Amino acid sequence: MENLISRYRNVTILAALLFGQVVGLAMQVKRSSENQSTRLIRIWAVDAVTPLEKGIVHLQTGASNLWHNYFYLRGVRQENRDLKLKIQQLEIERARLNEDAEQAHRLQALLGFQEQFIQMTLPAQVIGSSGSEQSRSIYIDKGSRDGIKPDMAVITADGIVGKVLRVFRTTAQVLLINDQTSGVGAILEKSRLQGVLRGTAGGEVMLEKVMSDETVQPGEQVITSGGDQIFPKGLPVGTVTKVSPGQELFLNIRVKPLADLNRLDEVLVITQEEEREPVVADGTHLRAADILAQRLPSVPEKPPGASTVPPPTSGLKILPPPAGAPSQPTIGPKPIGPSPQATTTTAKAAPQSAAAQNSPTTTSLKPAPPAVKPSAHAPMKKLPPPDQTTPDVKPATEPALEPSAPVTAEPSPPQDQPH
Amino acid sequence: MPITYTSKEQVEVYRFSVPAAILIPLVAVFFQAFIPLKLHFFSIFDLPLLVVIFFAVARRSQISGMLTGAAIGILQDALTPSSPIGVYGIANTIVGYGASSLGVKLDVENAGSRFLVTLVFYFAHEIVYFAVARGMVGLTLHWSWIHELGSALANAVLAVALFAVLDRFKQRT
Repeated sequence: MENLISRYRNVTILAALLFGQVVGLAMQVKRSSENQSTRLIRIWAVDAVTPLEKGIVHLQTGASNLWHNYFYLRGVRQENRDLKLKIQQLEIERARLNEDAEQAHRLQALLGFQEQFIQMTLPAQVIGSSGSEQSRSIYIDKGSRDGIKPDMAVITADGIVGKVLRVFRTTAQVLLINDQTSGVGAILEKSRLQGVLRGTAGGEVMLEKVMSDETVQPGEQVITSGGDQIFPKGLPVGTVTKVSPGQELFLNIRVKPLADLNRLDEVLVITQEEEREPVVADGTHLRAADILAQRLPSVPEKPPGASTVPPPTSGLKILPPPAGAPSQPTIGPKPIGPSPQATTTTAKAAPQSAAAQNSPTTTSLKPAPPAVKPSAHAPMKKLPPPDQTTPDVKPATEPALEPSAPVTAEPSPPQDQPH
Repeated sequence: MPITYTSKEQVEVYRFSVPAAILIPLVAVFFQAFIPLKLHFFSIFDLPLLVVIFFAVARRSQISGMLTGAAIGILQDALTPSSPIGVYGIANTIVGYGASSLGVKLDVENAGSRFLVTLVFYFAHEIVYFAVARGMVGLTLHWSWIHELGSALANAVLAVALFAVLDRFKQRT
């Protein structure tokens, strides 16, 4: 026997090696959940490879930042001007969308819906990949030390990226949405058809479980449905590029992810979500027309001490307001459009809102109730200041446009910090 | 064709310093994980496999070849989330054994033979990998002959250049 083994020593060792690995494989496959038995090997492998990756990525980022932030500043002034202009346009657009959002909140509150809010995100740098064509995953430079946990959603400003699969001390492994083992609850934005987003062996993304008798058009947007309990509802996923009949009763819907999964540099990990019933602001919001009015030329304000009540023109006697009644001007020409209160609030809040925009972004993305009381009409020109005792007018110490205004499911900016 | 039969006495057997034996596979795995982030097409290459073939052929020891293959394969598996540990390990073990067995009998020191050896072993590796991944683990993998042929050719071309660089680390026994 010994002679036999020594004679076929190499083949015996080969058989033993293969047998050992096959047994190991079988044990891992049987335990379909988290493979705790192999976790140590993965930790060693990650610890061996990722420090070098981290070092190179940080060196590369540092050199790139040095070049772009200190030396290569050509066209920055022009870009700054363009961006300021764009901010103004977006501000108007945001105010318009806020109206729609408020309406949606009211309807959701009526129906008792729960809303999900991205409350906190953590920016992370992509430092590596699995390096295999059969597996689509990346490594990020944040781990359990930074508060990362398995099953946290990973996104970019463009759309969703994947979920945290394994967490190590200083790094984490993220399974991309185009991996064949991933699954994301998704919904078609227009037709509201629900499906499951899965990756393929070739690295494509398919929307499954949509019945073949439904009509789906290429170009339609796909968003998260929130059904997977990982991604908050309403995050952008991708665009339908091809629809064809599939096996059984379902359609084959190919989706092009909005986030470029092949060129990921920085991602955001959603570390905290909040689910609650929508808070209905009592119609308080700044409308697009209000913002426009702030930017239009207006009648200069009267000097202090001047009468706030216009002189009577019809010979009517001015009566004092009744006790307990709001001290609004009761006579005089009624302004067309806005009420004086709203005008005052808007005028005073404008610089505050600009200051608020320039201040650092808050860490919270949950919607805060707007500070401004409702304006009944849009002021198209500035009116004389009303009586300062008006009870409805909020002190101008609060910004009209809070930086933490309602954000339904937009990815948060990378300035957000963890706990 | 430059592949020639040689006797065992005629075949050069090389060894490597300990740092080279450890760092070269690690650097190969590192490049395999890092470069596709910047150059996505790089994922068609399999640097760890090329290193397995190189070590196996240079050392001409079957035990050493299969152990190197197993170690590098398990390292690759550990970095691949969707496959359990052992899929690459088994494939690379077999390639290591096969390449070292071939290295004992053939002179594979020139570019032409290296190209052919890599081409053959890349296919062997893919077949074993697919068989294990689909048959044992149940992964859904897509086999495309065109893609595999293209990858094999690309890896064979890269191997010629890479082996020339790695030759500098060889030490005569």
